[in-house]
Amino acid sequence: MPASLQSMQGPYFGDFGGRFVPEALVAALDELEIEYRKASIDPEFQAELARLQRDYTGRPNPLTEVPRFARHAGGARIFLKREDLNHTGSHKINNVLGQGLLVKRMGKSRVIAETGAGQHGVATATVAALMDLECVIYMGEEDTRRQALNVARMRLLGAEVIPVTLGTRTLKDAINEALRDWVANVDSTHYLLGTVTGPHPFPEMVREFHKVIGTEAREQILAATGELPDAVVACVGGGSNAMGIFSGFLDDPGVRLYGFEAGGEGIDSGRHAARFSGGFPGVLQGTRSFLLQDDDGQTLPSHSVSAGLDYPSVGPQHAFLHEIGRVDYQPITDDEAMEAFRVLCRTEGILPAIESAHALAGAIKVGQELGPDATVIVNLSGRGDKDVTTAAKWFGLLDPETATETLEGDL
Amino acid sequence: MSTPVTSPAPGILTGKRLDELRSQGRAALIGYLPVGFPTVAESVIAARTLVEAGADILELGIPYSDPVMDGATIQHAVDSALQAGVRVRDVFDVVSAVADLGAPTLVMTYWNPVLRYGVEAFARDLSASGGAGLITPDLIPDEAGDWIEASDRHDLDRVFLVAPSSTPERLSMTARACRGFVYAASTMGVTGERTTVGAKAEDLVAATRAAGGEHVCVGLGVSTPQQAADIARYADGVIVGSALVRPLLDDAPFADRIEHLARVTSGLAAGVRHARTGTAQ
Ligand SMILES: Cc1ncc(COP(=O)(O)O)c(C=O)c1O
Repeated sequence: MPASLQSMQGPYFGDFGGRFVPEALVAALDELEIEYRKASIDPEFQAELARLQRDYTGRPNPLTEVPRFARHAGGARIFLKREDLNHTGSHKINNVLGQGLLVKRMGKSRVIAETGAGQHGVATATVAALMDLECVIYMGEEDTRRQALNVARMRLLGAEVIPVTLGTRTLKDAINEALRDWVANVDSTHYLLGTVTGPHPFPEMVREFHKVIGTEAREQILAATGELPDAVVACVGGGSNAMGIFSGFLDDPGVRLYGFEAGGEGIDSGRHAARFSGGFPGVLQGTRSFLLQDDDGQTLPSHSVSAGLDYPSVGPQHAFLHEIGRVDYQPITDDEAMEAFRVLCRTEGILPAIESAHALAGAIKVGQELGPDATVIVNLSGRGDKDVTTAAKWFGLLDPETATETLEGDL
Repeated sequence: MSTPVTSPAPGILTGKRLDELRSQGRAALIGYLPVGFPTVAESVIAARTLVEAGADILELGIPYSDPVMDGATIQHAVDSALQAGVRVRDVFDVVSAVADLGAPTLVMTYWNPVLRYGVEAFARDLSASGGAGLITPDLIPDEAGDWIEASDRHDLDRVFLVAPSSTPERLSMTARACRGFVYAASTMGVTGERTTVGAKAEDLVAATRAAGGEHVCVGLGVSTPQQAADIARYADGVIVGSALVRPLLDDAPFADRIEHLARVTSGLAAGVRHARTGTAQ
């Protein structure tokens, strides 16, 4: 067992992680790791990143207590870590600013990224505009249609958005296309991967850029209650917002940690993205982790009402934390997530991303289990403006004739 | 198709064949086709055609859902093979169905299908069906401990890739880990036909030999007899994929597609054969 779970270094997290990539990419991954390790002890880099987090992102964001929501969660004290209030509307910007500064240090002029819901694509396009980088975003054709206004948003910011028409036409295929682009253009191009997965050093590096979530939350909860929380909960797509907030508490054995995956239509339906309930260890897109796969090792399509959790694999450090039992991973169905979404809107006037609504649904369960004496922090990873169409359709709030025309694609 | 094979003993075949060809003063033509495309039975016919039309070594690909090193042509073919229901285990039947032709047969596979099958079980079944070894585009020697052990136990070749971006240290580490040949990627990129093959390929072959590579073959982008001839002057083998798959993607009757495949193959084979005597057409 490593001395510190929250500072584990890659490439391996127990049996997971590694670099399962074409040889052509190894030199670029080595260069990236060297630059990242230099930057992480360079006071100038750290100061520049801290300045951007404060003046551009708006950090620190608040830790908001939500007593009316908490009544639905067994009366436990519930606090939300407000990543939704960051510039661009989610935690994704934390990682993009860090990698953007590394791109400048490496002297590269072009960034590429994958995106599902469009949040990471928007954050990348934003930072590319800020730092004067050429930017290409790969997005499954299916997702470009579901998220048409996020496509326009990226284009307004100057990015080229390329719809991917191969395979399942979703996030996984966008990553394949980005990897193909990277192999061909690695001299000039950095692949700005959006979560804590992929080949080393991405899982460790992306976690470190999100660690600020956990560091702030820890100080804020101590200031608010004088104690560490009983539990910290987050949703887990690739796993970056969860690793970020867990990083503040992994080495405190008294703090229970929960990761909530997309249970879709239920584990038994086969239509979900719950890698720890329905997956097995395997290799996909550069890393060894848990993944949804068939008996032949072919990747199975995932399903979720939330595009940001709709991915068949998960970051390798999560696989390790699952295996040693430090984090409890559970599925949340589409129905449960949408109910928690509704409750937060109506009790607190906060419209969460549907991804984050999975964490809220989890918090309701955890609060009911731990009871009124417990304190729970929920990572509210993003805001729900992008999900207005999906939610409006879900709850039947649109007139049938106008439903498709007026709201096709969210912002 | 699952009758056990008696002809050539599995393993260590590829290097021997490359040595024989070297003593004849020429490079090998190595042809890629995906198993199960258009169907498993038709992929046997296609593979046999390839050898009969002049390919010296076969590379049979296992269709995979996420082929990150492949361009559009091969992606379409493997996608359609998967739609048609091809299974990983079909590769063993196809390998044994071509074994009587005597061409060393390597299997090209992304790593997860082998992991899921079990590395040891895969090596055992590949060896039993008469396969020569594996080409692994997303497995670098650093991550290949289990496969290196299993391939030693079953006398199988293991072909890893080197790229124009590989450092001298990685070239020698990879050359040491390979058995059969070292696969030199001609360009930074994925599979697909290209009008020019990277000028870096010749330098990479020289650097790989200097780093200890016994046999070095060049692939990625090779599509014409002239390109094949150019590479055959300095490499031990010329690896062609997309240019052979494309005739099969046609919607002409299968017999016509096979004839087209044979034509393309013999053109490439002629390029390879005449490269060093200066009579390439
Ligand atoms: C708001 C929000 N939360 C969570 C996620 C899931 O990603 P991760 O698990 O890496 O935090 C996404 C991804 O798009 C997102 O947009």
